[in-house]
Amino acid sequence: MTELSKTGAVVEDRPGTSEPRAFLDVRDLKVHFPTDDGLVKSVDGLSFQLEKGRTLGVVGESGSGKSVTSLAVMGLHRLGARGKNVRMSGEIWLDGKELVGADPDEVRRLRGREMAMIFQDPLSAMHPYYTVGNQIVEAYRIHNKVTKKVARTRAIEMLDRVGIPEPGKRVDSYPHEFSGGMRQRAMIAMALVNNPELLIADEPTTALDVTVQAQILDLIRDLQKEFGSAVVIITHDLGVVAEIADDILVMYGGRCVERGPVDKIFYEPQHPYTWGLLGSMPRIDREQTDRLIPVKGQPPSLINVPSGCAFNPRCPYADVPKDGITRTERPELREVGSGHFSACHMDQAERTRIWTEEIAPKL
Amino acid sequence: MTNEPTRTDSGPLLKVEGLVKHFPIKKGLLQRQVGAVKAVDGIDFEVYRGETLGVVGESGCGKSTMGRLITRLLEPSGGKVEFDGTDITHLSTGGMRPLRRDIQMIFQDPYGSLNPRHTIGSIVSAPFRLQGVEPEGGVKKEVQGLLERVGLSPEHYNRYPHEFSGGQRQRIGIARALALKPRLVVADEPVSALDVSIQAQVVNLLDDLQEELGLTYVIIAHDLSVIRHVSDRIAVMYLGKIVELADRTSLYEAPMHPYTKALMSAVPVPDPRRRGAKSERILLKGDVPSPIAPPSGCRFHTRCWKATQVCTVQEPPLLELAPGRRVACHHPENAPDQAPGDTALASAGEAIEIVSATKSSAAEGSASPEPSAPAAPVIPAPSKEPSPDDEAPKKP
Amino acid sequence: MISYIIRRLIAAVILLLVVTAVTFGIFFILPKLAGQTADQLAQQYIGKNPTPEDIEAVKRNLGLDDPVYVQYWDFVRGIVTGATYERGPATVRCDMPCFGYSFKTNLEVWPELVDRLPITISLAIGAAVLWLVSGIVVGVISALKPGSFFDRAAMGGALAGVSLPIFFTAQLFLLLFSYKLEIFGRTYVPFTENPSQWANTLFLPWCSLALLYAAIYARLTRSGMLEAMSEDFIRTARAKGMRERRVVAKHGLRAALTPIVTVFGMDIGLLLGGAVITESVYSLHGIGEYAVQSIVANDLPPILGVTLLAAFFVVFLNLVVDLLYAVVDPRVRVS
Repeated sequence: MTELSKTGAVVEDRPGTSEPRAFLDVRDLKVHFPTDDGLVKSVDGLSFQLEKGRTLGVVGESGSGKSVTSLAVMGLHRLGARGKNVRMSGEIWLDGKELVGADPDEVRRLRGREMAMIFQDPLSAMHPYYTVGNQIVEAYRIHNKVTKKVARTRAIEMLDRVGIPEPGKRVDSYPHEFSGGMRQRAMIAMALVNNPELLIADEPTTALDVTVQAQILDLIRDLQKEFGSAVVIITHDLGVVAEIADDILVMYGGRCVERGPVDKIFYEPQHPYTWGLLGSMPRIDREQTDRLIPVKGQPPSLINVPSGCAFNPRCPYADVPKDGITRTERPELREVGSGHFSACHMDQAERTRIWTEEIAPKL
Repeated sequence: MTNEPTRTDSGPLLKVEGLVKHFPIKKGLLQRQVGAVKAVDGIDFEVYRGETLGVVGESGCGKSTMGRLITRLLEPSGGKVEFDGTDITHLSTGGMRPLRRDIQMIFQDPYGSLNPRHTIGSIVSAPFRLQGVEPEGGVKKEVQGLLERVGLSPEHYNRYPHEFSGGQRQRIGIARALALKPRLVVADEPVSALDVSIQAQVVNLLDDLQEELGLTYVIIAHDLSVIRHVSDRIAVMYLGKIVELADRTSLYEAPMHPYTKALMSAVPVPDPRRRGAKSERILLKGDVPSPIAPPSGCRFHTRCWKATQVCTVQEPPLLELAPGRRVACHHPENAPDQAPGDTALASAGEAIEIVSATKSSAAEGSASPEPSAPAAPVIPAPSKEPSPDDEAPKKP
Repeated sequence: MISYIIRRLIAAVILLLVVTAVTFGIFFILPKLAGQTADQLAQQYIGKNPTPEDIEAVKRNLGLDDPVYVQYWDFVRGIVTGATYERGPATVRCDMPCFGYSFKTNLEVWPELVDRLPITISLAIGAAVLWLVSGIVVGVISALKPGSFFDRAAMGGALAGVSLPIFFTAQLFLLLFSYKLEIFGRTYVPFTENPSQWANTLFLPWCSLALLYAAIYARLTRSGMLEAMSEDFIRTARAKGMRERRVVAKHGLRAALTPIVTVFGMDIGLLLGGAVITESVYSLHGIGEYAVQSIVANDLPPILGVTLLAAFFVVFLNLVVDLLYAVVDPRVRVS
C-alpha cells in the first residue's frame, strides 16, 4: 500500500509499473479531499476488475464512496475550481491505458468516447437552455469531425434506439418538455452516441417511478448486449443489482468490504455488513412476519474512519475475532471462493456458520 | 376529546367518501379557469383503529394530495372526511385545532421539515405550546421521554437539527408527531430519503410505536416493498383514483387489478435466481396520462392489455369482488370477469411487453397509443425497440 | 404569450398613471395642505413683483382654482391629446404629448426632453457596454479561480468600486484627466457630428458610471458563475469530454448570465431616466441635469415630465426583460 503525500501532489504510486489484468482494472485507488475539518477519505484503497460485456453493481449507502469512485474513473474530480484540492493515487487501467497518471487532456479525449456516464437526476444533468438534440449533437461532435447535419441524423438515430417516439420531432425539445423516464432515455442516448466501451450509470433509476425504472433497466440490459460494453451500475438498491449485475462490489466507508459474483453475494455473503444490508431490506417477494434486522448505529465519518475494521462499531460480531483485532487492524480483502472476496477478520468457517445458522433463516 | 366514549370505540377511525381535490388551472387575459389538475378524483376508504393502511402509487397519482386532504392541510374540493364520527371536511383552522392533537403527520424530508434555528427541545415541545397542554412532570421531562422513546438521547434536547444525521432527524420528526399522543398518524414517504440500513431502523421504530401506543397509521409511499412490510391493508392509486384496496397478503399474492399486477411485477426483486425463474415481467408502455385530462371510462385503459370497449366508456366502480377486496376493473385478474365477451381494444395487444429476463429484447410491438398524452401520438416504432414510458406531470 | 403581453401593457399603463398621480399630488396637493392659497402658489411661478393680473393669468392657465381631480385630468389629457393655453391675448397650441410649459423658461417641456434624451442615452449605453464587458470578464475569471490572488484583488477592487461615491470619482477623473492632463474634452458633441469627439467627451462620464456598475456586475457574475459551475449539467458536459474552456463558455456562462439580464434591464431603465450626479458633474445637458435644474427651481411641469419619462423607461425595460427572459430560458416559455 502506498502512502499519500502530504504535499497535495495529485499523482503518486508508480503509474504504469504493472500490466493491467482486465479491461477496467482499478488498483488501490484513493481519493482524498482536504477540508477545513480534516482529510475526507472518500475512497481509501479500492481495487476491482471488470471485463467487457460484464456488469458490475456497486452497492453502498450514501457516503460509502461509490459515486466518488465513478467520478474518479471518469477523471472528473480533477476538473473545475475544486480540482486542485483532490488527492488521488492508485491506478486505473482502461483498455490498457493508465488514467490516474495520464495527461488530463488525454483522459478528456477518452471521456465520452471510450467511457461515458449517466447520472441519477436527468433533469439537472441536462442543460436546461439547450435542446436535447443539441446536447447529443454536441457529445457526438466533440469526438467526431462531422457536420451538424450528420450529427443530428446520428442524434435522431440514437433517440430512436433508446425508444423515444417521434425522435425526429422530439430531437428539438428541451429537457423540461420530456418526462422523467424520457429524459433518462435521452441521457442514455447521449452517453452511448459514441459507442463507449465502458458505461458508468450512477443511480440511473433512483429518481424514477418503478414502472419506468423497469423500462430503463431493461433498456440498459439490451444495449449492453448489443454493444458488448462493460457496465458499472452504482446503486443503493439491492433489487436493482440482483436484476442486472453479474458481479457485485459492496462498499463501506470508502473501501470494498465484499466483492464477488451476484449469486455468491446474495446467497453466501461473507461480510457482516452485507448481511446487514440484506436484513434491512423489506421484501416484495415474500411475507415477512418478523421485524427487519437493521444495522445498528450510523454510517462512519469519512474524516475519522474507525480504526481497524471501519464497520466494527456497528458490527454485532466485532468481538468474535480474538484480541480486539477488529479495532486495531484493518482487514484485507481475501479470496473466500472463486472470484469472491471479503474483508473480515472472522474465520471463514465461522462466517459461513453464522450466515447459515443465524442470518439466512431470518431473511 | 369531544366525542362520547361509546362512539370512539366503534366504527372506523377515519372514513373518506368521494374525496375530490382539483387544482384549478388559470389562463388568458382574465385568468379564467380553463381546467383543473384532478389530483384526487373521488376516492372512498376507511381506516380502522390500530391498523396500518398503506397507500401506494407512482408519482402524480395523487397519494400525497390525499394525505394532505385527510389531515386537512388542504381543503377538499368535494366529498367527505370523517374522523372518529366527526365530519372534518370543511372545518376551519380554528375548528381543526382540537383535532390536531389526534391527527399528526410525518413528512418525507427530514431536512426541510425541521426549523434549523430551533433546538430539538423546542421543536418537539412545540405541539405542547400550541395546544396549551401542560404534561405531568413538565414539558421538558415529557420531551426527553419522547426522545428516548424514538431512540435518541435525552441529552439531545439542546442541540440543533444540523447536528443530526438524516435518520436521526426523521426520529425527531416522529417524536414531534407523537408528542400529543395522536390517534392517527399520516406518514408521507417517511423513509424514502433514508439509506437502507437507517430505513430499517425507522420502519422498526414505527412498528414498535404502533404496538406501544396503539396508533393508527396511514403510510404513503412509492416503494412497494416498504408498503408490503408495514401495511395491514393497502390502497393502490392511479391517476387520482383507488384502483384496488385489499389486505396485504391477498394483494401481493394475487393482485386483481391489472395495474397492481404490472406495478408489482416491475419491482426489482433482490433475488438473482429469480431472474431466470420468473418467467415473465409485465413492462407497461406508454405514459401515465395527464391528470388534467384523464382518459374516459377506466383511466388505465390506455395502458391496459385487457382493455375492451366498455373500458373506454364506463368507469368501473370500486366493487368488493372478494371479502375485504375492492377492485375497480371490468376485467380483473384472479376474479370473474365483470364484462365478459366485450370486444378487445386494438391497443390492448400492444400495451405491454412481456419480458423474460433470459431473453429480454423480445419486443415486437409498437409504441402504444396515448390519446391523451399531448406529446406522444402513435407512431409505429422501428421493430428493434419500442416502449416510450412515463410518469405523469408533476403535481402543481 | 400575447395575452400575457397585453396584461403586462395594461399593468404598465396603470402603473404610469399611479406615478403621475403621486408626483402630481406631491407638487400640487401637499402645498395646499400646508396652507398655501392658489394665489400664493401662482405667485411662486411668476417670480418677483407679480401684478394681480399676472397671478390671475397663471391661475387661469394652470387651473389652480379648479378642484384637484380636474387639474389632474387636464394634465393627463394634455399628454394624450395635447393642450391649448391662453397666453395674454394669443392662444398657444401645445401638441401631444404635452407636458406643459416650464414656468421658468416658458419653453415646452417635451421638446426639451427630446433634445436632452440623446445625451442621456449616449451616456447610458456607452457606460453599459464598458461595465458589462469588464464586469463579466472579471467575474468569470474570479469564479474560475476562487480564492486566487486575482479573485481577491478583483473582489477587493469591486468593493472599493461599490463603496466610492460617484460624485467623488467623477470629480477626481475630471480634475485629473481633463483639467490636469487634458486628455479628454468637456464639450458634448452629438455622435452624428463628430463621433470621435463624442466619445472623447463621454469617456470620463462612462468610466465614472461604469466603475460603480462594473463592480456590482463582477460580483453578480462571480456568484452566478460559481453556482452554475457546480450544477450537474456542467458535470455532464465534462463527462462528454468537452474542453474545459468550452464547458465554461457554452454551459456555465449561459446559465450564469441569465439572471444578469434582469438586473441589466432594470439598470438601463433607471439610467435612461437620467444619471443625475454624473450629468451634473460633467455638465452634460441630459435628462438628469434637467431634473436637477427643475427641482431646484421648483418648476413643476418639467419635474412631472422627467418623472414620467423615467418611470416609462423602467416599466418598459422591465417588460422587455421579462420577454427576453422567455427567449433566453426555454423553461419560462410554457407558462
